[in-house]
Amino acid sequence: MQRSEAFRDPSIVEKLRARIWAVSRKPVRIMEFCGTHTHAIHRFGIRQLLPPTIEMFSGPGCPVCVTDNTDIDYAIALSKRPDIIVATFGDLLKVPGTRESLLTSKAEGARVTMVYSPLDALNLAADNPASLVVFLGIGFETTAPAVGASVAEAESRGLDNYAVLSMHKLTPPAMRAILDSREIGLDGILCPGHVSTVTGWKAWQFLTDSYHIPAAVAGFEPVDILWAILEIVRQCEEGKPRVANAYPRSVRPEGTRPAREMMERVFEKGPACWRGLGAIPGSGLSIRDEYGRHDARRLFDVEVPESSVPDGCHCGEVIRGIRKPDKCPLFKTICTPLHPVGPCMVSSEGSCAAYYLYG
Amino acid sequence: MSHELIEGLFVRYFGNPLLLPLEDASTFRLPQGKAAFTTDSYVVKPLFFPGGNIGRLSVCGTVNDLSMRGAEPLYLSAGFIIEEGFAVADLEKIVVSMSEATHEAGVSIVCGDTKVVERRAADGLYINTAGVGVVPDGVDISVQRALPGDAVIVSGTIGDHGVTVLSQRQSLHFRSPLISDVAPLNRLVRSMLDASPTIRVLRDPTRGGIATTLKEIAGNSSVGIEIDEELIPVSEAVKAACEMLGLDYLYLANEGKLVAVVPEGDAGRVLEAMRGNIYGKNAAIIGHVTQDHPGIVTIRNSYGIKRIVEMLASDQFPRIC
Repeated sequence: MQRSEAFRDPSIVEKLRARIWAVSRKPVRIMEFCGTHTHAIHRFGIRQLLPPTIEMFSGPGCPVCVTDNTDIDYAIALSKRPDIIVATFGDLLKVPGTRESLLTSKAEGARVTMVYSPLDALNLAADNPASLVVFLGIGFETTAPAVGASVAEAESRGLDNYAVLSMHKLTPPAMRAILDSREIGLDGILCPGHVSTVTGWKAWQFLTDSYHIPAAVAGFEPVDILWAILEIVRQCEEGKPRVANAYPRSVRPEGTRPAREMMERVFEKGPACWRGLGAIPGSGLSIRDEYGRHDARRLFDVEVPESSVPDGCHCGEVIRGIRKPDKCPLFKTICTPLHPVGPCMVSSEGSCAAYYLYG
Repeated sequence: MSHELIEGLFVRYFGNPLLLPLEDASTFRLPQGKAAFTTDSYVVKPLFFPGGNIGRLSVCGTVNDLSMRGAEPLYLSAGFIIEEGFAVADLEKIVVSMSEATHEAGVSIVCGDTKVVERRAADGLYINTAGVGVVPDGVDISVQRALPGDAVIVSGTIGDHGVTVLSQRQSLHFRSPLISDVAPLNRLVRSMLDASPTIRVLRDPTRGGIATTLKEIAGNSSVGIEIDEELIPVSEAVKAACEMLGLDYLYLANEGKLVAVVPEGDAGRVLEAMRGNIYGKNAAIIGHVTQDHPGIVTIRNSYGIKRIVEMLASDQFPRIC
C-alpha cells in the first residue's frame, strides 16, 4: 500500500472519527493557517465527519489571498516596463488588482510568464541576458527557502538581471494578530504542516506559553488532519494546552536546518502588509543588503496609482475567518472562479475556491 | 522549407487514391446513414511527449469526436501552419505518426493544406483536422439523452494525458513513468455498439477532464449524476504526480478515453465488450444517472461523504505552499 493510501485508509479514518465524537464534549473552534489544509479539509469532507461541537475556521494561510493589493498593483506596474519579464506562480496571474490583473496586463503585451519554481525564473534570466527577470516571491516559510536559494544562486553566477519582488510572509505573526484581535474566540490551532517542516514544531511553542491555546501540527491526509483535531480536542477537554506534533513523519522539533539557514541567509524580517490584517511588523521577509542587487523593491522606481479593494469584496473578512465564504453576498453570484472579485476565489488554496469546488 | 519538400513529405506518407490527384477538393460517396462532420485545431505544447505527439493527437482527436456521435470515421483533412525554420526531421516524425494513426483507425487523410509563417508566429507548428463519418441508422448518441437509472462508464485510467503534458512542459521528472493515452477509439466504440446499440451518450473527456464532461452531460440532459471516487480508475503514477503537484485528476485531460452512459440493463454487456479492446481494458462503471439534483454531479468519497463536482473555470495550477 502506498504511504498516502495508508493515511487515507477508511477504517483508520472511521476509528479517528469515532474517537473524536467520543471525546468531544465542549464546543471547540479550531482555526487552520494553511491553504493546503483549507483545500484538503474541503476535498476530503472533513467537516462533515466532525461532531457539531467542533467548528473549523480558515485563517490567513493562502499565500495568494494574503498578498495585499498594493503588492499586486506594484507587480502589475513592473510588468508594464518593456525591459522586465515578470515570472510568477500561476495562481497570481488571475488575481484582480485595483484596476487589472497580471493576466490582462499580459494580454496587453506585458511580458509575464508562468513558472513552477523560482529556479525556472533564474534559468529564464540566464536565457534572456538583455532583459530583467523579476520573480514574484509569494508564500510563507515553505516557499521562501527555495526563493532565497534562487537569489543566492543568481549572486554566485553573477546573474545581475535576476531579481525577486519579495512578498513573503511569516505565519507566527499572523497567528498572533488573529489571536490578539479576539474576533473569534478560538480554542485550538491547527498548525501548518509544510511550514512546520521548515520551522520545526517548536516554532509554535508561543501558542502554549503566551496564549495557553491547544495546538497540533497536522499533515494533509485525512488521517493526519483528524489525528491533529483529536489532539486539540483532547487538550481542550483536559485543559492542558501544548503543541502536539501529529505529523512526525515530516516535522521535527527544530525543522529543516538547511532550509531555515538559506532563508535567514538571504532574507531578514521586516514589516509586511497583509490583505485582511493590514500592516504587521516583523511579519515579512525582505532581501538583505548583501543581495540588494537582486531586490526588485530597491532596483525599480515604478509609479503605482493608489490601491483599493473592489466594492463589496469580503476577502479580508474571509481571510480572518470571521466570514465563511458562503456568507459573502458575492459568493457564486457575482464572484466565481471565472470572474473572481477577490483572490480567495482565484487561488486553488483560497477558502472561497475550496467552498465553490468542494462545498 | 520548400513547397516541394512539404508536398513530398505529405504525399509520401498520406498517399491514397483520394488524395493523390492533388485536386483542389476530394470527392467521394458516403455509405448510407447520417453524415457526421467535425473539426479541431491542435496547439499542444510540447509538440512531442511520452506516448505521442501533436500529429497523433490531431488524428485521434478528430477520429474520436466523430466516434462520440457513434459515427464510423472515414475521411480527414489536415491543415498545417508551420513556423519558418521548423526542423524537417521533426515534421517528418509528426507526419509519420499521423500516417500510423490513420492506419490504426482505418481512416484516410484526403485533403490538406500547408502554410509557412514567419518565426515566432506559430509556436513551431499548429495543426487543424476536420473529419467526416457516417452514423449508422438506428444509432442515436447525444449528450442530451442520459436518463435516470443509466450507468456511467469510463473506458480506463484518467488524467494520463493531462499530467504527462504538464510534467513535460516544466521538465518535472517523476520516477514513475507518465505516458499520454492518446489513441483512436473508433474500434472500441464499434465493439460497444455491437454489444448494445442502445448507448445513449458518449463523450471524450479532453480539456477539463471527466468532471467537466459529466457536468456537461448532467446539464444537457437535465439529470443528476452520482459517481463514486473509489470506482474511478487512476494509475498510481498519475495519483502520485497529482498529490505532489496539488492537482485533481478529475479535471485533467484525457485523449484516449471515453465516458459512456448506457441503460443499466446493458451495462454489463457493454463493459465486457470494452474490456476486450486494448483501449478499454480498464473500463469501469463509476456511477449512475439520477433524477435528483438535475444539472449537478456529486462524488462520494471513501468515507461516505458526498460533495458536488464543479467545473473548473480554467486550467489547474500546481500548489504554491
